[in-house]
Amino acid sequence: MEQITLKIDGRPVTVPAGSTVLEAAEKAQITIPRLCYHPDLPPVSACRLCVVEIKGDRLLRTACSWKASEGMEVTTSSRVVRESRKIAMELLLSRHPMRCTECVRNGSCELRTVADQLGIREIRFAYNERKGFLDTSSLAVVRDPGKCILCRRCVQTCTMVQSVSALGMENRGYDVWVDTPFGKGLGDVACVACGQCIDRCPVGALYENSHIQRVWDALDNPNLHVVVQTAPAVRVAIGEEFGMPAGSLVTDKMVTALRRMGFDKVFDTDFTADLTIMEEGYELLGRIKNGGTLPLLTSCSPGWINFIEHFYPQLLPHVSSCKSPQQMFGALAKTYYAEKAGLQAKDIYVVSVMPCTAKKYESDRAEMNSSGFQDVDAVLTTREAATMMKQIGINLAELPEEEYDAPLGISTGAAVIFGNTGGVMEAALRTVYEVVTKKPLDTVEITAVRGMEGVREAEIDLDGLKVRAAVANGLANARKLMEKIVSGEANYHFIEIMACPGGCIGGGGQPVPTSLDIRKKRADALYRADRGLKIRKSHENPAILKLYEEFLGEPNSHKAHDLLHTHYTAKTVYSE
Amino acid sequence: MHDLNKIDEIIQAYADTRTPLIYVLKDVQKEYGLLSDEILTRVAQKINIPLSEIYGVATFYSLFTTTAKGKHIVRCCNNAPCHVKGSKAVLDHIKSYLGLEMGETTPDGTFTLEFTSCLGLCAVAPVMMVDNEVYGNLTPEKAVAILKDYKMKGTSHA
Repeated sequence: MEQITLKIDGRPVTVPAGSTVLEAAEKAQITIPRLCYHPDLPPVSACRLCVVEIKGDRLLRTACSWKASEGMEVTTSSRVVRESRKIAMELLLSRHPMRCTECVRNGSCELRTVADQLGIREIRFAYNERKGFLDTSSLAVVRDPGKCILCRRCVQTCTMVQSVSALGMENRGYDVWVDTPFGKGLGDVACVACGQCIDRCPVGALYENSHIQRVWDALDNPNLHVVVQTAPAVRVAIGEEFGMPAGSLVTDKMVTALRRMGFDKVFDTDFTADLTIMEEGYELLGRIKNGGTLPLLTSCSPGWINFIEHFYPQLLPHVSSCKSPQQMFGALAKTYYAEKAGLQAKDIYVVSVMPCTAKKYESDRAEMNSSGFQDVDAVLTTREAATMMKQIGINLAELPEEEYDAPLGISTGAAVIFGNTGGVMEAALRTVYEVVTKKPLDTVEITAVRGMEGVREAEIDLDGLKVRAAVANGLANARKLMEKIVSGEANYHFIEIMACPGGCIGGGGQPVPTSLDIRKKRADALYRADRGLKIRKSHENPAILKLYEEFLGEPNSHKAHDLLHTHYTAKTVYSE
Repeated sequence: MHDLNKIDEIIQAYADTRTPLIYVLKDVQKEYGLLSDEILTRVAQKINIPLSEIYGVATFYSLFTTTAKGKHIVRCCNNAPCHVKGSKAVLDHIKSYLGLEMGETTPDGTFTLEFTSCLGLCAVAPVMMVDNEVYGNLTPEKAVAILKDYKMKGTSHA
């Protein structure tokens, strides 16, 4: 690749041609303040904080969008630059309510961080409140536009990363605003509840619909038996909330923390991830053998389910009828586990800790009541779980390590990689291969489906039966595959879709901030967790085998269908 | 409810235009008088651009409107040269004559009152625009007399 050399603050820096001034400055270890720039998104030059001087140029330029060129001389620290940035920041602050102590992002607010970087100690402009109303129409995502600084990251994320376009800009100039069309509210437009906007928001203008209070209420109620399940991706991210580096694997410390919070049993969604592989693997084999609808699309990601219901309802017959692991867990906790523990379903309260905001929506679906009750009662994001731990003085990093409870806490390496894009595919192939060929896999790790690219394809030979697989992460990438199915170009057997970039490890309920680098570290940690487990294939999970023997019969049995499978609803993009 | 089939014809007319949205919105507004939720939803479905983006464009330009407006739109200049020449007094008189604040429409649906940016007629400031006609060298009395004429015309033509 062609390299160019420029000078930043007098020092030469060599970068690939096409780099921006901001990227070049990073390479020279110069941090340029920014609020609208995000590494996942193209620059929009909205916040004006990254301005720099370029020799020979009359105007200040935004480093995030301005391309570096050979011989360019950039000054990032002159008086005019410092003053311009300060004024831009003070103007942003003059329309921000600054009720920091009651904000969900107190402690992780980029506006505060950058204000501090700029040494803001007074705001020379009068506070001018932005008209704002709290949008609580969605079960998953709350919007507080009064705090918005108009960086547009949420709009870009919704439009470009997810191709959902629930959010857009409204009006012009001083009256400009982020909103849903005609101010309908996120709950009344085709928002898929993925929460990716939350992960990109620099302030507290977007956050999850909190279930913290209802979980404390359940824990404080002596008549309830409260069990918790933790999704695979939580264990490699929750440490970040306690100052640990991205990619810290803290499964056992997290179990200790949850037990100290007062949960009667600490279980693992990985248990039902293994179960999903059994049910979905057999469903795939059934469809291949019996000429069923192919490709089979995975159904674990509730943001993805919302997407296909709204945007490609004609493709719903492709979607696996398997409930997500969260919902399978809820259904079993209030039936199988209740029976074993001698409890009644009505006395069991199921809490999930999820890297996801769409799980809140999913748990509230009317059809998710196979036990006769709402199967999952409350869903905490990774962030909310960390908040609750902090509320009772837990510092996760310093805790001793404990193990999950049996039997719904017993799982395999195949289940733990569910949190990564490609992980469900890999786990399914590990089982399908051995079920079909009756031979053990030479190498457990099927690396062909790993990676962070938006769409990946692989062909796996099952003793002569070639399974063509595709994997997509991020809904804009999912859309590409759906278009291929619609046009008849797709000749896959099995497609895994996860709504969020990188899969659940990059979910909308995960610690903020996010970036490709952070997502890669979390993904590596899940693969590390897989390597550290003795059993790495779902069909070898003894607790799952016992569950079939004692309770379900066999995969896709009548009882399994009643408890573990679901149906979908065709919806429209725009309300009629 | 409007008959929305005209929207399909309008979009069809711009089938060969590379970026047709603004042309389409202009013609659609001319046809229906406003760009309502129902109307823009139909546009979004037919033109294959997300409603959020279309709504952004429709609310960005001040000549597009998402709500119903009066028969006559009175636009008073709020830029500096008109201000210096007394536009505030003109506007105050218009407001009290019509009984309106900015952006409002009279109950009988005759007038909507709005601001406009500079019309480039600063030599005859202060100015206002009624529908597509421009009036300069205004005094408070003159401005109200012009509006009275519009009201008269409205009744005589009815």
